[in-house]
Amino acid sequence: MLDISSLLEEIKASPYVESRITAPHCGVVRFNETLTPGCKLVGPNGIWKEKPGTLLASIERERCPRNINALEKGELVEVKSDLAGQFVEAGTEIMRVRHFLSRDEVLQILLKQALHLFNAPEKAKYYFVPSVDIKIKNTGPKSVSVHDGMELFIISRMKRETPLRYSGPDGVIYAVYFSMNQNIDAGQPLIGVCPPTQVSQIEDVSMRVQTEWPED
Amino acid sequence: MDEKKFHQLQERYNYMRDILAGKNNENLRLLASRMEELAGRMPGLAPAELKEALKTLEDLFNFVEKKIEAELTPMDKVRIVRSPQRVCLRDILENVYDNYTEIGSQGEHSLDPAILIARAYITRRRGKRTINQSVMVIGHEKGHGEEIRNGGSATPWGNAKALHYMKVAETENIPIHTYVFTPGAFPVEDTPGAAQQIAKNLYDMGNIRVPVLSVFSEGGSGGAEAIGLADRRLMFSHGYYSVISPEGGAAIEGNVKKGPRATPELIETCAEQLRLTAEDNLRLGYIDGIIQEPDLGARCHHYDFFRLLRQEVLRATDEIVLGVRGIVPFRNMALRSRRKKTEEGLNMDTVHVRWNLSPSAQERLVERRHRKFRRYSLSAFKDKRNSGNRFRERICDVLSELFYCIRYDLLRSHQQKISNFFGEIHSETSFFFKNQTAPVRRLIGRLFSGTKARKNDAAEKQLTTLSDWSSDQDQRGHWAYVSPKAKEDKAVICPNAATHGCLDMWAPDLYGEFAGVCTHCGHHFPMEYQWYLYNVFDRGSVREFNSDIECGNPNNYAGFDVKIEKAKAATGLKSSCITFDATLNGINLVVAMLVAPFRGGSFGAAEGEKFILASERASRKRQPFLAYVHGTAGIRIQEGVNGVIQMPRCTMAVRRYIDAGGLYLVVYDTNSYAGPVASFLGCSPYQFGIRSSNVGFAGPGVIQETTGVAPAPHYHSVYKAIARGHIQGIWDRREARFNLHQSMMTMGGRNLYYK
Repeated sequence: MLDISSLLEEIKASPYVESRITAPHCGVVRFNETLTPGCKLVGPNGIWKEKPGTLLASIERERCPRNINALEKGELVEVKSDLAGQFVEAGTEIMRVRHFLSRDEVLQILLKQALHLFNAPEKAKYYFVPSVDIKIKNTGPKSVSVHDGMELFIISRMKRETPLRYSGPDGVIYAVYFSMNQNIDAGQPLIGVCPPTQVSQIEDVSMRVQTEWPED
Repeated sequence: MDEKKFHQLQERYNYMRDILAGKNNENLRLLASRMEELAGRMPGLAPAELKEALKTLEDLFNFVEKKIEAELTPMDKVRIVRSPQRVCLRDILENVYDNYTEIGSQGEHSLDPAILIARAYITRRRGKRTINQSVMVIGHEKGHGEEIRNGGSATPWGNAKALHYMKVAETENIPIHTYVFTPGAFPVEDTPGAAQQIAKNLYDMGNIRVPVLSVFSEGGSGGAEAIGLADRRLMFSHGYYSVISPEGGAAIEGNVKKGPRATPELIETCAEQLRLTAEDNLRLGYIDGIIQEPDLGARCHHYDFFRLLRQEVLRATDEIVLGVRGIVPFRNMALRSRRKKTEEGLNMDTVHVRWNLSPSAQERLVERRHRKFRRYSLSAFKDKRNSGNRFRERICDVLSELFYCIRYDLLRSHQQKISNFFGEIHSETSFFFKNQTAPVRRLIGRLFSGTKARKNDAAEKQLTTLSDWSSDQDQRGHWAYVSPKAKEDKAVICPNAATHGCLDMWAPDLYGEFAGVCTHCGHHFPMEYQWYLYNVFDRGSVREFNSDIECGNPNNYAGFDVKIEKAKAATGLKSSCITFDATLNGINLVVAMLVAPFRGGSFGAAEGEKFILASERASRKRQPFLAYVHGTAGIRIQEGVNGVIQMPRCTMAVRRYIDAGGLYLVVYDTNSYAGPVASFLGCSPYQFGIRSSNVGFAGPGVIQETTGVAPAPHYHSVYKAIARGHIQGIWDRREARFNLHQSMMTMGGRNLYYK
């Protein structure tokens, strides 16, 4: 059985994701000289994410320089300064950056491990079948047990309604990710299912993450 | 009562302070000290003394207002127009018209609160008879600074509603009075986009068959033109009519993008140089009269001003109607007598002129409107053709008109008969000659039997082999013009590389063989206008005309002469519009090309004149008319209203061409924005975009500055333009020649020589 508490402790021990910045193609590397290890980096920003992140380096091939920008918020760990002005092969590591996990990201990691997500097969509005819907409204989703092949949803799209059967491991519904009359894109999760024994444990851990996880 | 009067004086003081924008003014300081002094003395004064003191202070106010009035700068007038205390359209409806009903306005629940439409009537008396004359009133409503009014910036759907009710007025045969109170159109690309709708308004208003009178208070560029195309254009004496706001002009002039704003001095200078006041516009001929306002501009309590406005509006509407109704000598007599009486102080409320027009008068009205706009801005460009040349060209035009008239109008109608007649003659004579010359032909056949065999070989080959995709049909990789960028030995990154995984391309390949198109995602890199000149039209067929019409500096904008000369030297062009005759797969056509390298493809009086002459030439020759837009940044701001007037002018020329049965095609390349798109380009029924080009009203920076919302990436892309119905197709650059030919064969009206 999955030990969620130990998973959280593991994340706490290294609360970041470290990524290698590699040369996208061969060429001569020039680093952004204003950056030193420990510098804060910002990812793409603006309302449409139209502004690129911090300029990390540029790589020039055939008199054509290409900028390498930070793809997410974080911190610069290491710059391979010895490569500055040198010709490098594609895939050569030129920098290492560290991205500190946010509260939501930690929760996502935990839930991804702990829950089975059942995704929408097509873009439509989704409803629970009436018997399940009444049960959820009266006693909450965690009271609903699901099993493979159970008729659980109604797909409503363009004046047609079709039933949808749940497929996946047996368990109870831990979370519902859609609401009435909401259009859900294909591939978006509809429900998260977990074994009944893990419900309280997941709730505890998610509460701890919400309250204890430090964020900038 | 006295306190109220004192409060009113305070309000007048605040108003003066606002319109002078904190300028160091002795007079204001004097007024402030006198008011402070009176406020201190007020509690101890007897009522009679207080009344006297207030009277003295009011006289001083009147004196100071007169003094400031004489020293007002154009920027002060701009501030007067923007003041929330200025008269708005609702004040005019209340005080000028005798009764009115608003149409579709319920405060914030209107389709567009910045546009106000009302059916109104004016009561006139003739003897004991009372006559109610109906009119459609359309205008911008600023609502004394109400936030929902957006400062009078009409959205595209607001302009669409205005046009709808103009057509209602046309159906009901009643005149239209439009009141322009706008700093500019609301720059949003929706369904429709701002440019798309303004172009439609201009196109339709050109031929509205009822009298249209426009009164300008704040005429901000395209937004003003959307309802300002009229038979008679009047302007408030403190109003402004301009291509751009002085702040916008200063930001461009001072190259201010972000951070520090343009200095007040630069804004003042721009306001001066844009020639935006009523006097400037009257001198330039873009308005027909000025309605005098009280000192420091009309406000809601100036009832004398409303009386004057009513008289002027009645007079102007009567004159439009009298100008086109009846028999010419009587009409002129009536107008002369009316003018004489006006000078003698004729009260327009006591005379009655019917405002409905007969169909023939409606036709004359539209014709006069077109002639009026055709005459605008003729002295705002340099025409280097000498008088002899111009006379020769005029004669040629008349003769060619006659020739094409005979050839295409007269002969075409009898073409079938003539063709039958000649067909019969030919068959008779050929039968006769065939018999007579048979022995000789047999002899020739024997002597040159080899040639015949070769001919048969060619026919046999054509029938028995697969068709050959010859270089004539497929230009790919074999371009007549290759960009100078292809000479650079470097790699080029496609802007879509991150999302589409495009590989870097070598510049000689990209700009040479690939014609500036990414081989992976199809992104079109900008190419020079020459690429199209050489690769789209038949080789050697391009013949430029009217190249001696050059752009100038009609407003004497400081430093602009140098910039123009620099642009001429850098590009070798004399304006941003090249007009030429060309052929495409053997079909003759007339082309007006707006080129981006010349001052960003900005459009002024010279370009307008060349464009109109080109459309007239196409109409005369019964040829398709193509507007190829290599790029345009909009109307040339340094030319002021001389530039912005090209919007209705050129749109009306295009309308004449289309109504005559031509084919008007527009092809957008790179970036096309603002005035030209919102008028003579955007009104075409057949508009196409070269892939990766952008089409819209205002650029992303202006949208963010005006609306406070950053537009989404690719907001102006041709794909968005086609989705909102602005353009009708997206072309690959390499297929432009084929698509143009296809369009010429399948589209267009009755008046094309090849159909």
